[in-house]
Amino acid sequence: MAGQGASGAAATGYRSLTGPLLLPAWAMIGIFLLLPVLLMTVYSFLTREFRGGVDWTFSLAAYDRFLLSRGLFGDEPPVLEWTYITIFWRSVWQAGLATLICLIVGFPTAWFIATRPLRSRALWLFMITVPYWVNLLIRTVSLRFLLRDQGPLNDLLIGTGLLDSPLRIINTNLAVQLGLFYSYLPFMVLPIYAAVERYNFALSEAAADLYASRWTTLREIVLPVVRPGIIAGCILVFVPSLGAFLAPDLLGGAKTYMIGSLIEEQFKGSQGNWPFGAAVSVILMTLVLIMLLVYARAQGRAGVR
Amino acid sequence: MDEVIAVRQGVKRFGAFTALAGVSLTIGHNQFFTLLGPSGCGKTTLLRCIAGFEDLSEGAILLEGRDIAGLAPNLRPVNTVFQHYALFPHMTVAQNVAFGLKMQGMAPGPRLKRAGEMLELVHLSGFADRLPSQLSGGQQQRVALARALAPSPKVLLLDEPLSALDLKLRQAMRVELKQLQEETGITFVFVTHDQEEALTMSDRIAVMGAGEVRQIGSAREIYEAPVNRFVAGFIGETNLLPVRVASFAGGMARVVLPGGHQLTCPAAQTAPTGTPHVSIRPERMTPVAPGSGDLDASVERLIYLGTDLQVLARLADGTALHLRMQNSARATPPAAGSTIGIMIEEGAARLLAD
Amino acid sequence: MAGRLDIRRYPGFAAMTVLCLTILYVPLAVVIAYSFNASTSLTNWGGVSLRWYADLFTGVEAPRFRAAAWNSITIASLAATASTIIATAAAVAMVRGGQFRGKGATFALINLPLMVPEIVTAVATLIFFSTIGLMTGYLTILIAHITFCIPFAYLPIAARLEGIEETFEQAARDLYATRAQAFRLILLPLLMPGVISGFLLAFIISLDDFIITNFVKGAGMETLPTAIFGSVKQGIKPNILALSTVMLTVSILFVTLSYFVNRLGQRSRA
Ligand SMILES: Nc1ncnc2c1ncn2[C@@H]1O[C@H](COP(=O)(O)OP(=O)(O)O)[C@@H](O)[C@H]1O
Ligand SMILES: [Mg+2]
Repeated sequence: MAGQGASGAAATGYRSLTGPLLLPAWAMIGIFLLLPVLLMTVYSFLTREFRGGVDWTFSLAAYDRFLLSRGLFGDEPPVLEWTYITIFWRSVWQAGLATLICLIVGFPTAWFIATRPLRSRALWLFMITVPYWVNLLIRTVSLRFLLRDQGPLNDLLIGTGLLDSPLRIINTNLAVQLGLFYSYLPFMVLPIYAAVERYNFALSEAAADLYASRWTTLREIVLPVVRPGIIAGCILVFVPSLGAFLAPDLLGGAKTYMIGSLIEEQFKGSQGNWPFGAAVSVILMTLVLIMLLVYARAQGRAGVR
Repeated sequence: MDEVIAVRQGVKRFGAFTALAGVSLTIGHNQFFTLLGPSGCGKTTLLRCIAGFEDLSEGAILLEGRDIAGLAPNLRPVNTVFQHYALFPHMTVAQNVAFGLKMQGMAPGPRLKRAGEMLELVHLSGFADRLPSQLSGGQQQRVALARALAPSPKVLLLDEPLSALDLKLRQAMRVELKQLQEETGITFVFVTHDQEEALTMSDRIAVMGAGEVRQIGSAREIYEAPVNRFVAGFIGETNLLPVRVASFAGGMARVVLPGGHQLTCPAAQTAPTGTPHVSIRPERMTPVAPGSGDLDASVERLIYLGTDLQVLARLADGTALHLRMQNSARATPPAAGSTIGIMIEEGAARLLAD
Repeated sequence: MAGRLDIRRYPGFAAMTVLCLTILYVPLAVVIAYSFNASTSLTNWGGVSLRWYADLFTGVEAPRFRAAAWNSITIASLAATASTIIATAAAVAMVRGGQFRGKGATFALINLPLMVPEIVTAVATLIFFSTIGLMTGYLTILIAHITFCIPFAYLPIAARLEGIEETFEQAARDLYATRAQAFRLILLPLLMPGVISGFLLAFIISLDDFIITNFVKGAGMETLPTAIFGSVKQGIKPNILALSTVMLTVSILFVTLSYFVNRLGQRSRA
């Protein structure tokens, strides 16, 4: 190739600099995230040390504990252990439901905003994003404050005579649902908004011209076309919901225990079990990465088409 | 040394694709030089190689005799007027115009004075403190010109600078650009795919096709003496008639037209390769009584074009051709379906090299 | 108005939007309202007062909150600055560097903090620091924050950079600017709105983080979120409402700022 770096294809001259420019990002994320994740995976195959931490001998105990039960004294034949699978299943179910609710509320909202006149659109969008910028902990605390048995919501319901005893929302699945929904709703609205904004409304006109009703048009034309935005929104809500810690911890009770709390518990104090916590984290991460991979594949294929 | 730029056997490849396939040309001092060719033929690529945004894969570019391969754009005394102007949006008009001078290390006083002069040159004196976004397309165009001219480059490169303007403005700017070139004495290398633009402004034109230079010459030479089918077909309208060459010598040829009539006509320097063709412009043929012209044809259709009438006709062997006649009261147009003779003006036919 | 004929109108969508905004804002509004409650009890309304705001500075928990606020703000400033610089360099390489080997992998690496669930990042970081024997505390929090803030700073910067045509820099180079001059005088000013957005986003994300901080903070070290969490675990007290209102106001100021920076940026691009 002709050219001596300064000129040639490097019209703006950054081609020869990519290495040095990327080095800090590689180093930071490589050393302080990628490496730790690998180390965590190693930890999940180590032996538990009782004061917290690990003993560096290989062991499958963590995964064994996750999947199998050997009775109270560990001497019975192994049977499938349901405790943790149930927690996982509950988390998936909670996160899925939260995603669905976000979608049901988020899609019309995104659509409505994207069809506003250009001037007011920015303002609507701004109003949707403001809560996202507010500390998640504070938002969760607000919700807890609002929903308490003696909280403002119950005060209002009882004060207006709609109810005569407080609605018990806090510490239920519903509260966790609401918390997840409230935490991640903007994540659903924004990508769908972006997709709808790029949607060519002449397609809807063409469908209407060919005798499709409004709702048929929505189902047959709009939804398929903006689907990438919907899927992106669902992933952005589902993934953090799955590993959520604050909403189940502050709004839920013992019966609403989710993966996040299970992991957190393994690293607190001397009852902790680091290899087990690491193993649960590895399983959670694998689940999420598989989902993202499937999504990326689907996107890639859609892109090729 | 009377050339500013010389391109020698310039080849540019992008991967497996060859954008320039051995381009050679020289551009003289104080010239308005145009690169003309259809979109995708490599004009921009050649310009970017001269400016220093790309390097040739093979061959050389000489600037006043010096090979400039590998020299960064900021080290070449060549400036560019970009297709969409690329005015720095965060700088005022004056700051834009003074930018090159600032980079060359000129002090603030003189460079603002010079910027003022340049703005005067392009008739934008009152606009020095505006931002580019507050200007119309035509005004932005002039700022881009002033900015590129301010450092007095050896060569000014212009990549389809008029394409973003509307027709009226485009026509006015053609004249202005030519004037500007004459006033400054700087060599302009102007890229366009619009032949009318090229013909009205240029001292010399290089017609390009598929990464090669197909002909270089003045506007008149290119229009009236195209050397090959590509140039004849690209510049203006023409008729290409397949012929048989009876004799060829000294730039003249005797050819046999379809229908057997013979004609002596000027020819390109090299003997034709493949099927020989002559090119005849439609306005240089006249309808006459059948049998009394050089060709006989049946009229298929008449098209009304305002000042002109276009006659679409077909020869006995199936070759389609069209002629133009002035739409005046004196001339009676032939009727569709009738047979006419066609008289070819003296010197109007030209034997092409391929 | 096109009204009924407008194919973009769906009945009920406007109502849904209002519902959506209501759900998003009511809890915040209630917290703000009750933060001005004069009563010690959370339930009864005792008139408007600023006593809980005063309590933030003079109450029993004041020293704890002050230390936590200082930690939060300094960590967020440092983390946002560092991650913005790192992200800007990375964005220039990714957007302006053409094709190079490992580009896809680099992109994945930069976005890794977004793909790994927060709780997993927290666990992994804790394990890493404890293995290499780095004492948990201010430094570990800072390192963790810089790392996970990088993609948040990267996204707006790269998006902005993609929207800046390369011809501006080419024009500068054509007009005798060196590579460094073209960056400083042309690219950086044009990129600034993206850089500021990226910085603000990283700042807020760092300020917001609870889970990772909670894992790597070590004993005795607090940021605002961990301090609030600790308090709330004992039950919500009115001073927490006041503190929440302060943080909420800061966040909203930030987002408003970034909104206007973006608006300005869009205008300058036109
Ligand atoms: N950077 C590049 N990479 C690959 N192909 C390119 C590149 N630049 C130009 N080309 C190709 O080279 C050919 C000539 O392009 P260009 O010089 O822009 O044509 P023109 O300006 O005459 O319209 C085109 O087919 C174009 O696709
Ligand atoms: Mg071009």
